[in-house]
Amino acid sequence: MQGSGIPIWFFIGLVLTIYGAMILGYGTYEWISGNYPATVQMTYLHTPVWWGGLLAALGAFYVIKFRPGREK
Amino acid sequence: MSAGGAASLPNLLALSAAPLARLGLLDIAVIAIYFAVVLWIGFYLKGRSNTGEEFFLAGREMTAWIAGLSFVSANLGSLELMGWAGSAYQYGILATHWYWVGAIPAMLFLSLMMMPFYYVSKTHSVPGYLHLRYGGHTRTVAAFSFATEMILMSGVNMFAMAVVMKVVLGWNITFSILVSSVAVALYVGLGGLRSAIFNEVLQFVLIWGGALLVPVLGLVQAGGWEGLKAKMLANLAGTFPHPDSYLHLWRDTGSFAANPMGVHWTGIVFGLGFVISFGYWTTDFLVVQRVLAARNLRAARMAPIIGSFFKMAVPFIVILPGLLGLVLLQNADGSRRQLVGEDVVAACAASATGRPANAAACAAALRKTALPEAYQQKVLRGAPGADLHSYNQALPLMMVRYLGPGLLGLGITALIAGFMSGMAGNVSAFSTVWTYDIYRPLIHKRGTDSHYVLVGRLSILAGVAVSIGAAYLVMHAHGIMDYVQALFSIFIAPLLGVILFGMFWKRATPLAGFLGLLTGIVFSGSLFVWVKLNPAALARVALSPDARPMAENVFRAAWAFLFTAVVVLAVSLVTKPRPVAELEGLVYGATTLPAEEPAPFYKNEWMWAGVVMVIFVALNVIFW
Repeated sequence: MQGSGIPIWFFIGLVLTIYGAMILGYGTYEWISGNYPATVQMTYLHTPVWWGGLLAALGAFYVIKFRPGREK
Repeated sequence: MSAGGAASLPNLLALSAAPLARLGLLDIAVIAIYFAVVLWIGFYLKGRSNTGEEFFLAGREMTAWIAGLSFVSANLGSLELMGWAGSAYQYGILATHWYWVGAIPAMLFLSLMMMPFYYVSKTHSVPGYLHLRYGGHTRTVAAFSFATEMILMSGVNMFAMAVVMKVVLGWNITFSILVSSVAVALYVGLGGLRSAIFNEVLQFVLIWGGALLVPVLGLVQAGGWEGLKAKMLANLAGTFPHPDSYLHLWRDTGSFAANPMGVHWTGIVFGLGFVISFGYWTTDFLVVQRVLAARNLRAARMAPIIGSFFKMAVPFIVILPGLLGLVLLQNADGSRRQLVGEDVVAACAASATGRPANAAACAAALRKTALPEAYQQKVLRGAPGADLHSYNQALPLMMVRYLGPGLLGLGITALIAGFMSGMAGNVSAFSTVWTYDIYRPLIHKRGTDSHYVLVGRLSILAGVAVSIGAAYLVMHAHGIMDYVQALFSIFIAPLLGVILFGMFWKRATPLAGFLGLLTGIVFSGSLFVWVKLNPAALARVALSPDARPMAENVFRAAWAFLFTAVVVLAVSLVTKPRPVAELEGLVYGATTLPAEEPAPFYKNEWMWAGVVMVIFVALNVIFW
């Protein structure tokens, strides 16, 4: 993000990491407790766990790769 | 988009009695974090948007990737997401034309043929290019048209978004309008185009993160693509001469009556694929402004190509959910849920007793649908669970079906992000056109750079305020929405004619440009009013009694373009052209493009444009 200090990709990574962690955390709780929302379909796929994990991993990659101060 | 504006706004006004979903704390936290981040970006970038170049053109230092994603994101509004998912439910895979033939060739043409002139002329806007090429009068007509269209469209989108939040979540309409518009005004007003662009890139990622799960899970449940096709054929048997018309892009477009959309391939190719698509993607300042912010000519040419890869993929999160909705959505009793038009939902609006307020009107509207008789009776009795949903609720219904706490918040964030990126695109483009193409030449010619930046910031606030006014105007007079939406299609075809002749024909004269644009707009608007006053005129405009409303936009655009072309040609031939020396940097054949540094093949825009074309052709063949 030329001329603006912190790269936009870093922001995006940060947001994805936070969202991923929140959704993964809830999905894990849901899986352990077996407390699934009644109106949602296909809960047996544990979507929040793998989708949250995927978002968090992708976000972490961007945070590390585009962290401020990192030499190009 | 959209290039054609298929998202029928009145559909979104079909208010249901109860919201589709309720958000939990986790969902609200996801949405709150999104708002916090977009505002923080605006505040963070405020100090880097002090000069006119920084505020209005983001310092012309965006990379090809950032400009390219912003280019696509500014177009990917929430109306786009939900409107086209609803269109896919109604018309099947034909809706994909608006993403492929209705976008990809135009994006490549912008990149390879037009971007050099926009970029080399160093113009700050599309009206600015018209000023350089044709003179001040043409610029003024275009600037006022752009400014009016953008601000009214922004208001209509804002209202539509608020209605969606009301339908899906039960949120108060005024609350949704104020929160989202104040957020956009703050982050664009503070950080200018740079802030709008950076947020659009973030919003693009969130739209995919929030919406991608729906087609993935839907396909798993439907048994993959083959399972989806089999279920669709079973559900739609007897609807057309070929029951699988919903699954073919081109095969049944040889006749208006043979496909669900009621269009002909000539309209798709020439009206949509050429006039509307090229008009939108190559001359609409809302999207062109993003590419003008690129850091050099190569980045400016690569940006639309990068955007075109993502544009080709968007049907996966928009069209596919609509198709899946056709086979997977269920009523409370497990039967297949059939969505209906907004007129049916409105006619059956419930009274306090739960029954339709006007039973006769509701019964008449229901008879026109394919809903089973037993379900119609349930609706008329106001039976619990017998509710009606409009086509444009297909995507929210699919989200509610698969997304639990957290994920639903992310999905709703995707819709909000789509709305905000579209609105930010409109107000940032409005601010530039107002400041540089209306205020500076017509009101205050000799201001300082900082004065114009201040005017730009204030025009964003004013633009948002007018948009809010337009939103409330629409709320109290629904009929004007059609006219507001039509502004885009009325204006864009004449503009394309004038710009194409200006860019690729040295002989086009200033008077021809001015008259072509002005009379083209009047002609196009007259066609629209003609069909509005006399719906039977559609058969004349689209050249077939079987034509349906979707055909009107594409044929009207084609006629308006032809009319403008004839005017520009005729007037140019009888008036004196500008000397070729004055056309340097503006016209093909009179411009020496700056030499670009050699780049390896994998950075060459022509090579990547070729890759895009191969994929584009392959997709059209596969889904023929």
